[in-house]
Amino acid sequence: MPQNETIQNLDLDDYKYDFITGGEPVYRAQKGLNEEVVRQISKHKEEPEWMLDFRLKALEIYESKPMPKWGGDLSGLQDVLEEIYFYVRPQDRMQHSWDDVPEEIKDTFEKLGIPEAERKVLAGVGAQYESEMVYHSLREEWEKQGVIFDSIEDGLKNHPELFREHFGTVIPTGDNKFSAMNSAVWSGGSFVYIPKGVSLDTPLQAYFRVNQERMGQFERTLIIVDEGAQAHYIEGCTAPVYSTESFHSGVIEIVVKKNARFRYTTIQNWSNNMYNLVTQRAIVEAGGHMEWLDGNLGSKLTMKYPSCFLVGEGAHGEILSIAYSGDGQHQDTGGKVVHAAPHTTSSIVSKSISKGHGRSTYRGLCKVYEGAHHARSNVECDALLIDETSRTDTYPYIEIEENDANVGHEASVSKIGEEQLFYLTSRGIAEDEAMAMIVRGFIEPIAKELPLEYAVELNRLIELEMEGSVG
Amino acid sequence: MSETPILRVEGLQAKVADEDLGILNGVDLTIGRGEIHAIMGPNGSGKSTLAKVVAGHPGYEAVAGCVEFRGEDLLELEPDERSRAGVFLAFQYPVEIPGVSIANFLRTAVQAHLPEGEEIDVFDFADQLTERMELLEMDPSFAERHVNDGFSGGEKKRNEILQMAMLQPKLAVMDETDSGLDIDALKVVASGVNKLAEEDPEMSVLLITHYQRLLDYIEPDFVHVMVDGRIVQSGGPEVALALEAEGYGVYDEAGAA
Repeated sequence: MPQNETIQNLDLDDYKYDFITGGEPVYRAQKGLNEEVVRQISKHKEEPEWMLDFRLKALEIYESKPMPKWGGDLSGLQDVLEEIYFYVRPQDRMQHSWDDVPEEIKDTFEKLGIPEAERKVLAGVGAQYESEMVYHSLREEWEKQGVIFDSIEDGLKNHPELFREHFGTVIPTGDNKFSAMNSAVWSGGSFVYIPKGVSLDTPLQAYFRVNQERMGQFERTLIIVDEGAQAHYIEGCTAPVYSTESFHSGVIEIVVKKNARFRYTTIQNWSNNMYNLVTQRAIVEAGGHMEWLDGNLGSKLTMKYPSCFLVGEGAHGEILSIAYSGDGQHQDTGGKVVHAAPHTTSSIVSKSISKGHGRSTYRGLCKVYEGAHHARSNVECDALLIDETSRTDTYPYIEIEENDANVGHEASVSKIGEEQLFYLTSRGIAEDEAMAMIVRGFIEPIAKELPLEYAVELNRLIELEMEGSVG
Repeated sequence: MSETPILRVEGLQAKVADEDLGILNGVDLTIGRGEIHAIMGPNGSGKSTLAKVVAGHPGYEAVAGCVEFRGEDLLELEPDERSRAGVFLAFQYPVEIPGVSIANFLRTAVQAHLPEGEEIDVFDFADQLTERMELLEMDPSFAERHVNDGFSGGEKKRNEILQMAMLQPKLAVMDETDSGLDIDALKVVASGVNKLAEEDPEMSVLLITHYQRLLDYIEPDFVHVMVDGRIVQSGGPEVALALEAEGYGVYDEAGAA
């Protein structure tokens, strides 16, 4: 039976997006992860037998895999995992129109600063509140074009064949410990299908937030972009600060078919106690074009490496990423490109900013298989250090089995120079503003690729982070 | 002169910060309102250091003497405060700020010069920028480029003049603005400075230069010669002409005295 629990008043830091609304989750599983929890989730979602089997198998794999020894410090994670709830469901069913959305949740959007007009104009806003979609609208013309933009649960229910054909094929359950965990307990996320030749001008947007203490968020997204189709998916989120550790582990699978083009944009600004371990990967078929645009702010530790597997001739993959690490934060991010077909091309541009005792790591892989002749790849990673105590590391792994391939790597580390600061301050600009200006300039090549409201938000966040950075 | 000078430097000694390396050894200089002064001197004489100390470069430290700007102690102020008070330094080596457009940079700087609580009107700013760029015969697209990023020497110096035109200082210190410019670029830059000086006859200018060449295009009221961190000779434009004919060699012996 579902149990009701009221969210208690919590002591909050003065975090920018820190607030709690009094939503009452209808159902919440017990703390920690075991077979019983997995069975309950599957039963609650009224899933077909194959999905329960899939989850149980994933749990086995998860339990058999050791914690990764590379990347960030995961030593505190086990304690966190024993304390979190692996499933929370705020409402019994999906809302279909804006009027049906409870005031409380609208209030949450209000505080997140999504403009009124935008909420309505933005076609196909899929907003994830806690673990599931509660508000979901799709523009009529898209429906006519056969576009599917559903919660992942509805994707499974309403499009079982399409779902099963692709689910878990891009990121196999056993890819890593956290993809296995997600496969066992996934809940919430999006299911998107863009039919052949359909081109969407307006981006699909999902906005979600974690709103309950000790609630792990295991969103699962599956996107299929059929031959010759074009689309852009945007996901952004902010999370409130809680006094205990939090955990987020998503799996994002994307299939870009022949000659299709797709861009996935995400800006994540987790609270500073969040472990954020996400696996996101795209398979790109011949002539296809995939772009990841990935911004990571906040969190205690983020480990995230958007990947492109270029499996068809002439496929192209691009990864643009920005990471910001402040005190006590470690962003271990980067990208992977795998060239498995001739004439495939890729590019990774990664920029990181470390401030105070923050640490940014670039970890990238470029792999060219034998036979992927005329493959070309270029990696550029630039790190900006604000303080003497800030740290950055670069781990560019390059594996090339094909003689006829062209792979380039450039890395730079810079500090905000005395000369740059003097130049700006000598024009009357105060020192902290000058600092923010230099940082904004540093990330400009990526910020300019973002939709305007996200670029503005990113710049504002950077500004807030730079305040008081001058000693 | 009865009125308070724009700039009064007295007995100024300065060294490289964190090092025991003295560069200015007692500089005296007074600049009145609307006057154009030139300081000439050989490499290493300290003339650029004087410019930097006036603007507040953190790499230099004044150890004795005073610098007053309109009667106020300038050395007490941070570089941004000096700018807002009306001091402008045109850099010898303008600094690159990748990713920041000139328009954005200038808007921020102009905003910083407004009184507390006053917001810049973006349309007024755009009009002003267009008008200033026309005055300096610059292409409007220039404002969209990133500050000094990939600029030629001439473009960098013109960008300095554009900033000066937007900020309208009371004292413009031009640190070797002529260095690295060919004759055409030099004429363009000099004509910009002359236009601004004509427009605001109360603006004072301190030209720092190694060569007479710049002074053919911007005519100074006073010329000073700096050697070994001191001003060793002052006079009218004839000083520069004599220097052109005889070189700095004559001061070598004099400097020892």
